[in-house]
Amino acid sequence: MKKLKSSSDLENLRKEILSKRDPKKMCITLCSGTGCRAYASEKVNIAFQDEIKKQKLGKEVDIRRTGCHGFCEKGPIVVIYPEEICYLQVKPEDVFDILSQTIKEGKIIERLLYTNPGTGEKIIHESEIPFYKNQKRLVFGNNRKIDPKSIDDYIALNGYTALSKALLELTPEQVIEEVKKANLRGRGGGGFPTGRKWETTRNAPAAPKYVIVNCDEGDPGAYMDRSLMEGNPHSVLEGLVIGAYAIGSHEGFIYVRQEYPLAVENTEIAIKQAEEYGFLGEDILGSGFNFKVKIHRGAGAFVSGESSALVSAIEGKVGEPKPKYIHTAVKGLWNKPTCLNNVETWANVPLIINNGADWYRSMGTEGSKGTKIFSLVGKVNNTGLVEVPMGMTLRSIIYDIGGGIPNGKKFKAIQTGGPSGGCIPEQFLDLPIDFDELTKVGSMMGSGGMIVMDGDTCMVDIARYFTNFLADESCGKCIPCREGLRHMLKILNNITGGKATEEDIKRLEDLTEVVRDGSLCALGGTAPNPVISTLKYFRDEYEAHIKEKRCPALVCKELIIYYIDPEKCQACGLCVKNCPTGAIYGKKKIVHIINQEKCIKCGTCFDVCPDKFSAVLRLSGEPAPPDVPRETRIKSKERR
Amino acid sequence: MVQELRNVDEIIDKYQCDKSALIQILLEIQDKKHWLPKHALMWISERLKVPMIQILHIASFYKAFSLEPRGEHLVRVCLGTACHVRGGQRVLEVAERVLGIKAGETTRDLKFTLESVNCLGCCALGPVIVVDDEYHGKVAPSKVGDILASYTR
Ligand SMILES: Cc1cc2nc3c(=O)[nH]c(=O)nc-3n(C[C@H](O)[C@H](O)[C@H](O)COP(=O)(O)O)c2cc1C
Ligand code: SF4
Ligand code: SF4
Ligand code: FES
Ligand code: FES
Repeated sequence: MKKLKSSSDLENLRKEILSKRDPKKMCITLCSGTGCRAYASEKVNIAFQDEIKKQKLGKEVDIRRTGCHGFCEKGPIVVIYPEEICYLQVKPEDVFDILSQTIKEGKIIERLLYTNPGTGEKIIHESEIPFYKNQKRLVFGNNRKIDPKSIDDYIALNGYTALSKALLELTPEQVIEEVKKANLRGRGGGGFPTGRKWETTRNAPAAPKYVIVNCDEGDPGAYMDRSLMEGNPHSVLEGLVIGAYAIGSHEGFIYVRQEYPLAVENTEIAIKQAEEYGFLGEDILGSGFNFKVKIHRGAGAFVSGESSALVSAIEGKVGEPKPKYIHTAVKGLWNKPTCLNNVETWANVPLIINNGADWYRSMGTEGSKGTKIFSLVGKVNNTGLVEVPMGMTLRSIIYDIGGGIPNGKKFKAIQTGGPSGGCIPEQFLDLPIDFDELTKVGSMMGSGGMIVMDGDTCMVDIARYFTNFLADESCGKCIPCREGLRHMLKILNNITGGKATEEDIKRLEDLTEVVRDGSLCALGGTAPNPVISTLKYFRDEYEAHIKEKRCPALVCKELIIYYIDPEKCQACGLCVKNCPTGAIYGKKKIVHIINQEKCIKCGTCFDVCPDKFSAVLRLSGEPAPPDVPRETRIKSKERR
Repeated sequence: MVQELRNVDEIIDKYQCDKSALIQILLEIQDKKHWLPKHALMWISERLKVPMIQILHIASFYKAFSLEPRGEHLVRVCLGTACHVRGGQRVLEVAERVLGIKAGETTRDLKFTLESVNCLGCCALGPVIVVDDEYHGKVAPSKVGDILASYTR
């Protein structure tokens, strides 16, 4: 492969790639992101390859394996171009029909289409499915069109034109100016203005300078960085090289957590391909600018995602935060100026350079421009990754895109910002989301996790969950964080265990202040947020646990019991068969009862009791009713 | 053991004996052996000229590393937020019961190591279990037994 030496080389290459492609030729794209792989999209791929050979369709149709489309819940996803026919939950058994009906005869296969749960209407095109229709997929949109292992796919969609423009037409100062004017704010959590960070690093007197992609993504419940890095690594690389040029850096690192093997693999391939074409290396695109990049795998520690800790980790040391008297931007990797940005932040850069700051600023709110990718998960019908303009309301995201709460249940809260964030109650559903609005209601943007909760989620348990997570992940350097979190956790465990007193809430509140104010890094500094926000909006739940020994959401194990309603039990015996401790008694035609002494509250009986009976109940704050006497436990014929 | 150290040497050479690649070297050994044997660490310490205490500090700080032998199959149960609100904790409890060990432990026959993790990056499918590199999504507690049994053959 010959290296590209000018913008016209790039233009010619694109033309050549396009000339070999027939836009009218059908192309089956199959999502091969991690979510779809979990649903066996690999098997679907093999079935397609075999069947295409068997039916001799190689000339009529191409197959392309893409990154995550976002609607992972409905995977594996197949979209057939140019018509954009979208099939969901495709199994290997469906492949024969897809080829012989849709590809050969142009017939739509109804059973594989999206069905609107409200109306029962079937939807053919991907972009018309409500989940996608209400999104604005600028950064994430190409994921579904390209094979992440093929740089040609990226180039065909105007990939690397922004790099060519930046390197050959703009000065580094102009690039920084454009990013500043676009008001791009870092997507890694804090929302720090990216252009300003670049400028600080550029102006720092020392050399060399480094740039880093932060793909640690430690936030539980968020996976947008993974999907971008896996699905469109070139967009991140392109942004990185542009940034490096603007900053005056010639060496960069991509920090990827080791739990993301496919992201590592696809990034490695992307780097190799970009080197071959000359988008990386010496004299990039004939501009005289040199830049190389290495992958560094993280080894699994949440706190290592923090900038100073991440820098230590790349140096091969323990990834613990350092006091930030001087910012990483001035003294980072090997004490040299280092610019660290999140995956999504870097991926926004080519868009800004290609389309201009004014275009970028036309989207979003006053303080937060552009779009943001959210991981919409938990108790919501359409779970997955969604990209929306900043300023969309929570209600639109949850109901228009997410399709509302499953099983007709009621929305209770949405948790944003991961462990540094908080829970937002129903009264703020019409909040337009951006960096500042979320902070105002006591939460945070964070990396973009949105965990929807319904009445079956206990808010005290959620606070306990995050505190436990952070107590585990604290590096232990500062006492308020290490000991304070552990103590908060102990109190929360007492509350969910029904062993707390009313003074404990006061003690918890005091501790939140100590931990917040006395910690070195933002892990400790924001750690009390889940507790503070749940205390603020869901204090009654804390009180029910403490005063009435009752968990209103029926979650906290120590405060609930399982009980079989003798009226409803049909004596089918399923629960007996499944109970792991033999705590259930009963025979055919005899109503079953649970021995509370033996019950470990695993909830298996609750799960297995058929929906039409729903005989197993969860109770909280009241004792189990006395067992019905044996004579009346026998089911008579009429009642069965 | 000699062969093993030779493999370690290969990895060290691949990173040109670079101190700052220490974590990457440990990750590669962990990938291959599923744990970090002491003699391998001592050899790394020797060759990279990094004190053993620093290597042990790193090996115990990061979750990916184990200083004890691990089972043939690594079972990871996700307890990330998305999986938690959909009952991940109960999935873990069942796995613990089925295997007869607690999270973080290895079965006596060295067949399974059980771990809990915070998010595997496919939250839409929660609760998630990953056995080795195979992902299982929407795992009901009652399905855990079958999933694990399929690896004992
Ligand atoms: C405990 C902790 C964990 C963090 N984890 C991540 C992470 O996984 N990914 C990330 O991009 N930023 C993470 N951050 C934020 C980074 O420190 C840093 O602010 C960010 O990567 C800068 O990029 P941005 O300006 O593009 O947002 C974390 C911060 C803290 C305090
Ligand atoms: S605040 Fe917590 S995580 Fe951060 S440096 Fe201190 S002890 Fe470590
Ligand atoms: S599964 Fe339900 S209906 Fe069947 S015996 Fe148990 S409690 Fe009764
Ligand atoms: S992995 Fe296929 S849609 Fe997300
Ligand atoms: S929370 Fe379990 S995969 Fe993300």
